[in-house]
Amino acid sequence: MDAILLQILNGLDKGSAYAMIALGLTLIFGTLGVVNFAHGALFMIGAFCAVVMNRLLKLSVETIDETKTDFLGNPLKVNTPYVEAWFGEFGTTMIGYSVPLAILLAIPVMIVIGIGMERGLIKHFYKRPHADQILVTFGLAIVAQEIIKANFGANPIPQPTPDAFRGALDVGIYLGFEANAVVYPVWRFVYFIFAAVLIGGVMIFLNYTTFGMVVRAGMADRETVGLLGIDIDKRFTAMFGLAAVVTGLAGVMYTPILSPDYHLGMDFLVLCFVVVVVGGMGSLPGAVAAGFLLGILQSFSAMNEVKAILPGIDQIIIYLVAVVILLTRPRGLLGRKGVMEE
Amino acid sequence: MTDTKRNDVILLLVVAFFALFAPIILNPFPSDGPLAQFNAGYPDLMQRFVIYGIFAIGFNILFGLTGYLSFGHAAFLGVGSYSAVWMFKLLSMNIIPAIVLGVLISGLFALVIGFISLRRSGIYFSILTLAFAQMSYNLAYSVFTPITNGETGLQILLSDPRILDAPTGTAQPVTSLFGLEMRDTFLAFEYLGRDFQFTYGYYVCAIILLISFYISMRIFRSPFGTMLRAVKTNQNRLSYTGVNTRPYTLTAFVISGMYAGLAGALLACMDPLAGAERMQWTASGEVVLMTILGGAGTLLGPVLGAGFIKYFENILSRINDNVLEAWFAFMPDGMSDFFVVIVHPFVGKGWHLTLGLMFMAVVIFLPGGLMDGAKRIIDWVSGKNRASKRGAKAPAPAE
Repeated sequence: MDAILLQILNGLDKGSAYAMIALGLTLIFGTLGVVNFAHGALFMIGAFCAVVMNRLLKLSVETIDETKTDFLGNPLKVNTPYVEAWFGEFGTTMIGYSVPLAILLAIPVMIVIGIGMERGLIKHFYKRPHADQILVTFGLAIVAQEIIKANFGANPIPQPTPDAFRGALDVGIYLGFEANAVVYPVWRFVYFIFAAVLIGGVMIFLNYTTFGMVVRAGMADRETVGLLGIDIDKRFTAMFGLAAVVTGLAGVMYTPILSPDYHLGMDFLVLCFVVVVVGGMGSLPGAVAAGFLLGILQSFSAMNEVKAILPGIDQIIIYLVAVVILLTRPRGLLGRKGVMEE
Repeated sequence: MTDTKRNDVILLLVVAFFALFAPIILNPFPSDGPLAQFNAGYPDLMQRFVIYGIFAIGFNILFGLTGYLSFGHAAFLGVGSYSAVWMFKLLSMNIIPAIVLGVLISGLFALVIGFISLRRSGIYFSILTLAFAQMSYNLAYSVFTPITNGETGLQILLSDPRILDAPTGTAQPVTSLFGLEMRDTFLAFEYLGRDFQFTYGYYVCAIILLISFYISMRIFRSPFGTMLRAVKTNQNRLSYTGVNTRPYTLTAFVISGMYAGLAGALLACMDPLAGAERMQWTASGEVVLMTILGGAGTLLGPVLGAGFIKYFENILSRINDNVLEAWFAFMPDGMSDFFVVIVHPFVGKGWHLTLGLMFMAVVIFLPGGLMDGAKRIIDWVSGKNRASKRGAKAPAPAE
């Protein structure tokens, strides 16, 4: 029992990331009908916003401490980050909290990138076939990846977990298991809660606001909404920005779990396409459900007991599920009938 | 019709000329001159041009004719490589059985994957092929380690039980074609400061390329090829007229899988080593790039695209800051530094950036690829001008 609970918990953090990226991908596909292969790059850019924030906070002023000497006998040079010089103790805490603070940086950056991408490039590809959309966004993903690589190097850059969320939580005790049976890192809880809030927020926004209603109407029948005198294109552009923000924030908060490097985007892209297809192209709840489902399935298949029966299953489970779903139920788990069903 | 036939013969002859004289044509600069790094006439690189050309020709038979965008073709390349290396390990160092087995196994593999994947079309087909390729890649690293030798990669050893030509000495066995060793240079000379090298390996690849090109040309001109184009144009209409398109698309898929297997086997013949990274999805993406860049659906385009990408990969990635400084040395100091800084991100390790930008530009502005660009230039220079002089509009091609 405790083993099962542990695997579910282990699947949650990966599942949260899948769910958020797939939600963004589905928002773009559902509104604009564009297959965005550069979506993984948005996740990666979000993650690198955290890196940039960390570096910004660590910008230091160099002072010379006359009272001490270094091992060569010269006066010791002390690097004090500006925030520490200005705020003292609070500044040190700020550096520790660079990842959550990076959200403040990531939101405007992702909005600009998302809207710029839609207006500058993808707008011209609405009428072109899906294959062309895949190809041009694939090219864009390569470009983004290379720009990141040129500026940040090829190695993963570890990011700090904020002090308050360090360490692990013994979940099992609360549920009546033995001590140390179910231990789970605190930051992953934070990530899951963050994902739940973000996904819930997007859902509420789409379902309970007028703006969201118009967008949903546009997803169902773009032409009619346009005929009613609503500038649907502008709203869809805004939705592209929103999708970019959701994906970017997923990347920001994921950095303490997985140190970002330049091929982070490509690694997640393939999986998230599979997630979207399993959930059903164009279905937002489907994307979220499939994200968590596949994350948890993946962690279950990584159990030694399962691997003993089916060796290698943990490597291929997601793709296997995708193949089965596509062959038996091509519109996905929660997909609407007729959407992309050929 | 005879006109097409004559053009095809000319095209084939042109390709044959370039393939057979490539070691000379690709070496236009003196080997100790400042432009020597632009030479591409050394065997290793030329072999890669030709092998990836074969890969792209095969991919084009599927994508260019039927419009089915497979994102998992690298799996067949990998399977071809593995089968070939196994043949070297078990039977003999002769490349013929290796190539035959590589093509057969990858054809079988393509039959299975194609049979399942072709039940869906459009983006679902892409995702299915991608999923299968990623599965093969992941399994090659984990469960199939006894067959693939995992991360080390499969290589030939002295202790291999080679049935036909068991190793005699302690020398590492080399791949050969009835005694002609692939790495052997049979002719090398220097002329006007240029080094020319001719190896058996390159010529084996080049002749196989010509055969592959010829077969692909026959497929393009056959009723079968017309049927595949009909699938691309409007599959629904074809189904309504009572045609079952599945056997046609499946045949195209298997043929293109066999081409990929052939390319993989040739890679193994030139360098008997097979690793799983050949199956990764970025490798599948590369062949898509080659085909699109050259021009999908054209005969020559994929070969051109493959050559183009492999050339730039090799040449651009070798240009480092020292080379750049030498180039811009004629300028005043500040200006040359400025240019070095500007150009630096696009060359050397950053050549993928150039590739991505180039690729995007092609998709945006030239959906027909390099071949389309060449055609437009030719039209602009000759045809169109003449047409406008006569005051007649150029006839629109029938869709």
